[in-house]
Amino acid sequence: MPIQILMPALSPTMTDGTLAKWHKKEGDAVESGDVIAEIETDKATMEVEAADEGTMGRILIAEGTEGVPVNQVIALLLEDGEDASALEGAEKAATAPTPAPAAPAPAAPAPAPTPAPGPAAPATAAAAPPPAPVPAPPLPPGAPPGVRLIASPLARRLAAERGFDISRITGTGPHGRIVKRDIESAAPDMGAPMPSQAAGAPPPPGPAPAPIQPPPPRVSTGLAQSHQEIPHSTVRRVVAQRLTESKQQVPHFYLSIDCQLDKLLALRRDLNAKSPDGAGAYKLSVNDFVIRAAALALLRVPAANATWTENAILQYSRPDISVAVAIDGGLITPVIENAAGKGLLDISTEMKGLAARARAGQLQPEEYQGGTFTISNLGMYGIREFAAIINPPQGAILAVGAGEERAIVRNGALAIASVMTCTLSVDHRVVDGAVGAEFMAAFKALMEDPVDILL
Amino acid sequence: MAETSFDVIIIGGGPGGYVTAIKGAQLGMKVCVVEKQYLGGICLNWGCIPTKALLRSAEIFHYINHAADYGLSAKTVGFDLKKVVKRSRDVSDQLSKGVGFLLKKNKVTVIEGEAKLNGPGKVEVAEKGGANKALTAKHIIIATGARPRSLPGLEPDGKLVWTYFEALVPDKMPKKLLVIGSGAIGIEFASFYRTMGSDVTVVEVLEQILPAEDAEIAAHARKEFEKQGITIITAARVTGLKKTKVSVTASIEDGKGKKADIKIDRVISAVGVVGNIEGIGLETTKAKTDRGCIVADEFSVTAEPGVYAIGDVAGPPMLAHKAEHEGVICIEKIAGLSPHPIKKDQIPGCTYCQPQIASVGLSEDAAKKAGLEVNVGRFPFMANGKAIALGEPDGLIKTVFDKNTGQLLGAHMVGAEVTELIQGFVVAMGLETTEEELMHAIFPHPTLSEMMHESVLDAYGRAIHI
Repeated sequence: MPIQILMPALSPTMTDGTLAKWHKKEGDAVESGDVIAEIETDKATMEVEAADEGTMGRILIAEGTEGVPVNQVIALLLEDGEDASALEGAEKAATAPTPAPAAPAPAAPAPAPTPAPGPAAPATAAAAPPPAPVPAPPLPPGAPPGVRLIASPLARRLAAERGFDISRITGTGPHGRIVKRDIESAAPDMGAPMPSQAAGAPPPPGPAPAPIQPPPPRVSTGLAQSHQEIPHSTVRRVVAQRLTESKQQVPHFYLSIDCQLDKLLALRRDLNAKSPDGAGAYKLSVNDFVIRAAALALLRVPAANATWTENAILQYSRPDISVAVAIDGGLITPVIENAAGKGLLDISTEMKGLAARARAGQLQPEEYQGGTFTISNLGMYGIREFAAIINPPQGAILAVGAGEERAIVRNGALAIASVMTCTLSVDHRVVDGAVGAEFMAAFKALMEDPVDILL
Repeated sequence: MAETSFDVIIIGGGPGGYVTAIKGAQLGMKVCVVEKQYLGGICLNWGCIPTKALLRSAEIFHYINHAADYGLSAKTVGFDLKKVVKRSRDVSDQLSKGVGFLLKKNKVTVIEGEAKLNGPGKVEVAEKGGANKALTAKHIIIATGARPRSLPGLEPDGKLVWTYFEALVPDKMPKKLLVIGSGAIGIEFASFYRTMGSDVTVVEVLEQILPAEDAEIAAHARKEFEKQGITIITAARVTGLKKTKVSVTASIEDGKGKKADIKIDRVISAVGVVGNIEGIGLETTKAKTDRGCIVADEFSVTAEPGVYAIGDVAGPPMLAHKAEHEGVICIEKIAGLSPHPIKKDQIPGCTYCQPQIASVGLSEDAAKKAGLEVNVGRFPFMANGKAIALGEPDGLIKTVFDKNTGQLLGAHMVGAEVTELIQGFVVAMGLETTEEELMHAIFPHPTLSEMMHESVLDAYGRAIHI
């Protein structure tokens, strides 16, 4: 009996992913540990390693297929001594509607379970089916239930046929149920043939054609202005969905404060000057200070290190800082865990590694999931100040502007100082104005008297 | 001094009017119903309900006559027409009283009399006792229903040429009966009188009897009726009636111009109904009419703000359950709720002849005419265990699906008890199920409903028992 290779769950919350690339062809010999495929999930690309050895018998899911559900059989591996005839029955079984859950040896054990990297992950874990290789982390009490999508069977089918993402369609039926007319009225906005298909590349023979949502060609003049269609990446979709949800559902308010950086910049200069040449060389960035200052401020004002859930506010004891990193076609927020417990140098080194791997699309899911607080820094672009959208289920995000020389008033006289404006976006359900302000004051104090940051 | 100012006045206490009144009262409104004759309207007093009572007598009579088929013996089988009719009237009276009780319980003011609009917001009532009353209300709902249509030369006279009013209370069985029109009303009376022993001829101007039904179902029913001895002439019209004191000679002309005369005792004119739009002061408002009905939007609002029309008077399909539903939506809208408008393509229709007919949605032809590709499923009663055990092997359940989407477009049934089955498909359509959910649904065995499942399976080539 050939071994079924299943779509792995790369994280406890993963429900499906894109089969980005096959590294083995049918007929190739496979050793245990060989990389056989690449899977693209929400935010990262993961390599799938073989857990067994044999010969690649049949590839069932073509490269580039999106939305492959976790635990779907993606390929069949022939064991030593088996020949291709063994594939016949196995393939039938594999493509049957409900593949036996007792599938032998999934090829790629998902990365180490990391049960609940920070309490944030379980908030969404309830919605995901239990991934086979990884025991689902126990749900903490009070985790909100997954949101069930209410749509009629006909609406679901029509959406699937048209390649619509039904979760983005607004229902007008009873209790907001998505019904046929909603799909039909969504049609002009959401469906158009993918140009690249016309260009010759045959569509992947996977289960469903890739959902395509070109930007709605709405031109106020009524002229059909020419445009280029940029198909959504998984990252784009997730960013769009989560941030829309956040801005629509989370009551944001904003607190801005100016931090004078002269002492911090001097300290940074001194520290960087001590960097050895060659091995062990470092260069601390202002952002490294910001990460640590924010983490320490959260320790001082733990009420700001919290998440809203339906049943209770979850207040975290440890600041795990997510840091927004721009990547191709989107952004991702790798996490510096327990940033208050790490020194500047550790933070700096870790951050550099995370950012590099983020840009290469190689982050492990546990490296970008489960932060408790996010920092977004656009200072390097010269942005003076901005207000960021909260990264759910977190309760706050700090938007950091450029440190620049500004005229300030000191002791009744004009003076020049390096000033950086930071804006905290806060979920008012979790954090009230006074608590937010207390955090910002603590943060400012640390930034302006950075000796404390070193402690 | 009785109350004269209301939130809502409803003109007409038929199924549309009284249900709307109760709903309005439940929503906290001060409601008045003005009914000129019978609470419960035609449906309860001269339509749906008393015909069902008569047909039930006919059905039992039929079974007794066929007792031997079930291994039973019954001698001196007969009926007392007076008692059959009395039972039917008693049923209507009981239910009409029930409506009165329900309205009272809900504190709806009921005024017996004829109502007339007197401009927006005003209603004049000529009470039964002779007094006149001026009422006012912010909202006025017209629910005056419909009455039999009368064709020139075929006018009912109440003696030899009947409408349903007379046909419901015969003093003796006509030996020979002509039914003009083969819609639900005509066919139900044809079925009743035939079962009770009359020699019945049905003349239909269109090619098909039961013109609103799927052609295949209508053809199946026609065969059954003819087997029972009903003469059916389609694509023909009755061009004239010559009356003597006790009989009528009807001239019938078919589509090719061929003429024939038949002599009968009685004629039932069942050529449709028209809305009661006259004499209700409609002209004192901006409300518009079209082909004998009041024009209203999806929430029953007419061209005159504050004046609404529901039920038969607001246009087809002229069915009690449509009137009730329309009324509830109308009053909920008035109350500021956000009801969903009625889905006219999902209103079921039932005819209680033998065999029964029931349907919802598009017929196969209508679906094809709408340009849809369809999958059609059929399942005969002959292949259903319960139908055989009941001794009812004649019938058919037909389902029509959109080939591309799997949407259930329509369901059509002929056979025993199908009027009680159709709601299953009504619910399915309302929920927008596809063939898949219907296939996964488990139907109890042994029931007639299993045929619904098999018909769905058959539409996709998966039927088990044929």
